[in-house]
Amino acid sequence: MAKDRMSGAEIVLQALKDQGVSHIFGYPGGAVLPIYDALFGQNDVQHILVRQEGGAVHAAEGYARSTGKVGVVLVTSGPGVTNSVTGLTDALMDSIPLVCITGQVPTHLIGNDAFQECDTTGITRPCTKHNYLVKNVDDLARVLHEAFHVARSGRPGPVLVDLPKDIQIAIGSYIPPARVVHKSYKPRLKGDPVQIKRAVEILAQAKRPLIYAGGGVVNSGPAAAQLLAQFARVSGFPVTLTLMGLGAFPASDPRFLGMLGMHGTYEANLAMHGCDAMIAIGSRFDDRITGKLAAFSPHSRKIHIDVDPSSINKNVPVEVGIVGDVAHVLEDLIKFWKSTQAKPDAKALKAWWGQIDGWRARDCLRYQNSETIIKPQYAIQRLYELTKGRDDVFVTTEVGQHQMWAAQFFKFEKPNHWLTSGGLGTMGYGLPAAMGVQIAHPKALVVDIAGEASILMNIQEMSTIAQYRLPVKVFLINNQYMGMVRQWQELIHGGRYSESYMDSLPDFVKLAESFGAVGLRATKPSEVDGVIKAMIECPKAVIADIMVDPKENCFPMIPSGAAHNEMLLGPADKREQPISEDGMVLV
Amino acid sequence: MPAPAPIARHTIAVLVDNEPGVLARVIGLFSGRGYNIESLTVAEVNAAEKLSRITIVTSGTPMVIEQIKAQLARLVPVHKISDLTTAGPHVERELALVKVRGGGEKRVEALRIADIFRARALDSTPESFIFEIVGDAGKLDAFIALMAGLGLVDVSRTGVVAIARGPEPL
Ligand SMILES: Cc1cc2nc3c(=O)[nH]c(=O)nc-3n(C[C@H](O)[C@H](O)[C@H](O)COP(=O)(O)OP(=O)(O)OC[C@H]3O[C@@H](n4cnc5c(N)ncnc54)[C@H](O)[C@@H]3O)c2cc1C
Ligand SMILES: Cc1ncc(C[n+]2csc(CCOP(=O)(O)OP(=O)(O)O)c2C)c(N)n1
Ligand SMILES: [Mg+2]
Repeated sequence: MAKDRMSGAEIVLQALKDQGVSHIFGYPGGAVLPIYDALFGQNDVQHILVRQEGGAVHAAEGYARSTGKVGVVLVTSGPGVTNSVTGLTDALMDSIPLVCITGQVPTHLIGNDAFQECDTTGITRPCTKHNYLVKNVDDLARVLHEAFHVARSGRPGPVLVDLPKDIQIAIGSYIPPARVVHKSYKPRLKGDPVQIKRAVEILAQAKRPLIYAGGGVVNSGPAAAQLLAQFARVSGFPVTLTLMGLGAFPASDPRFLGMLGMHGTYEANLAMHGCDAMIAIGSRFDDRITGKLAAFSPHSRKIHIDVDPSSINKNVPVEVGIVGDVAHVLEDLIKFWKSTQAKPDAKALKAWWGQIDGWRARDCLRYQNSETIIKPQYAIQRLYELTKGRDDVFVTTEVGQHQMWAAQFFKFEKPNHWLTSGGLGTMGYGLPAAMGVQIAHPKALVVDIAGEASILMNIQEMSTIAQYRLPVKVFLINNQYMGMVRQWQELIHGGRYSESYMDSLPDFVKLAESFGAVGLRATKPSEVDGVIKAMIECPKAVIADIMVDPKENCFPMIPSGAAHNEMLLGPADKREQPISEDGMVLV
Repeated sequence: MPAPAPIARHTIAVLVDNEPGVLARVIGLFSGRGYNIESLTVAEVNAAEKLSRITIVTSGTPMVIEQIKAQLARLVPVHKISDLTTAGPHVERELALVKVRGGGEKRVEALRIADIFRARALDSTPESFIFEIVGDAGKLDAFIALMAGLGLVDVSRTGVVAIARGPEPL
């Protein structure tokens, strides 16, 4: 057989190799057995066997976000696909590049309600950036290379390739990646110089400027974060980051105001409310950021850099929209800023910083610590303090209060080290994502800051962690409640805690042990440091069960439907009016 | 409160790869994001390059229309989009087949109106006609409204096709 003639399954393997894929996350089944056969006895691509397909997708997300590469998933037809849908949607919302290869019943059976058949491309059309059904083996190599290209370029996202079993067996020709030139898909990287010039003019005139950067900076790559830091330096402007952007600007930089939005800092939100010019960089004006749209940043001239034209003017109309990649656009913007010797009004800027420092002095993240009961904020703060010397710390989270406290109290200096499910808010994301990070960074300290409710959604992945001897650490903020739900019930639903108590929780120490991991527990503040140190030093996977105050709420908080200047700073902050009806319907 | 943004009707032409699922992507986009479709037509227009042209008539505020275009442009198999309503003068046509049943005076009246609207009778039985009428959507609406009083029993419309005036392609 000619060298470029091979079976569909072999084409898959060859394409993965040529795309530089070293690990894939998957779970076998009837419709992908030929590909599993091709995986057998080769060493180029290592397959990580998860315990549920949902775990595979989140693991691939973790792998992708922490490396900047495309994460790869391999699952079978039918239930393998439907189990993957949550992860694909998560990746779509958070712009994570994935290629998901799914088995399908043979082409002649498609549409017959065959065993384990589902309409994969139909189900996943709205939750992928693009998807393909390959019906001819000679299209397979091109489609796979195209899938990688679409997944990683422009606004990254998940791409699915559905592969009927007969195509995996059929013999066809392989073509190498070469340069994929897609007929219609050509994302724009360079920004329009005219718009960049207008942006610089607006920013140079600003008296109360603000940089509002997000996950797009992380997507754009490490150079983008450096350029962002450079622009903040040359302009002297304050910077706030979204949840997805954390790490894109060093938290230790005095120009950093912290995260903004629903659980963002007082200074970041009031700066957003009070600024007279704002530049959004790879951030998408999510409702967690804007709060009440009509009252969002009412006095600012707005500029938005985004690679996806549909992000611009979606929720908030802007004066200048710049379509392009963050790194490309910032490079040109800084050049232009320097060449025009743009100099914002120094006196005004100083006054603005004075105002910001006044807000900062409120110390909005302050909480009432306790000698007897572990405050969740304290636990996370200690975790940060005891690990901050290292530069190889990756943090993933589940979803809930612990996620917000992690965002507030863990400081990141570099992009790609903070992984959280922002757009979809998927409970159960953190553990498999941590697994994916650890596969990519075997020596790093990878911690899943978890909630006890969330972690149970993908706890089966402890078994995968055991199989591959991954030293993943679970730092469990155990408040015995779906804390975030309980908080909303307390604040908005009259304290009626309907179904938010986590009854019958497992003993997490024994649970860890049953998976061959180490279980640790802290019940008093005095035990927290010891447990953290033991966790870090342990060469194995650990679940550290931190028994925290079950009643603690996460502040600051902008209640739904409220404006940035109507934020609740702490438990003592009484709202004058009950949450509006408009606010009640919001999530 | 600022006045609510005006809602306007737009005719949008989209050039796409003629591949399986492409129409589902477009329709799914509209239903998934809650956009309105007044009409949608699709057919292959370039067999050599396997390109289809979709004409969509939709309505929304300027911000929604901008979103619709940006979201369409984001679909991987989409080559080109043109908002014919804002791009300049264009012509729009739609074809309808209209079945009218009845006799006597009403039958005569139906024929008379069809003549005024330049509708052609494609089929006729002693108790019915099928008219074919071509025009912009407003003309079709008017014709159908008049037929309603004259024994209208069935209508089939193609939806709008449109093209920009002048020498330039899409
Ligand atoms: C319980 C909970 C509470 C939350 N509370 C908050 C909160 O208080 N504050 C907060 O900020 N978030 C919060 N979130 C997260 C929120 O829902 C959104 O996920 C987040 O705000 C979106 O971040 P982003 O704007 O950076 O956009 P992302 O989702 O990261 O999107 C990136 C944007 O950048 C663009 N982009 C991608 N690549 C590039 C590139 N190369 N060049 C240019 N542009 C690019 C994309 O098109 C997109 O518009 C919360 C989530 C949960 C689950
Ligand atoms: C899959 C899924 N189901 C439901 C929710 C709604 N939800 C958001 S936070 C939360 C509670 C999370 O509880 P836990 O993991 O214990 O975290 P805590 O808020 O207590 O820190 C729930 C149920 C969700 N985000 N994801
Ligand atoms: Mg909890």
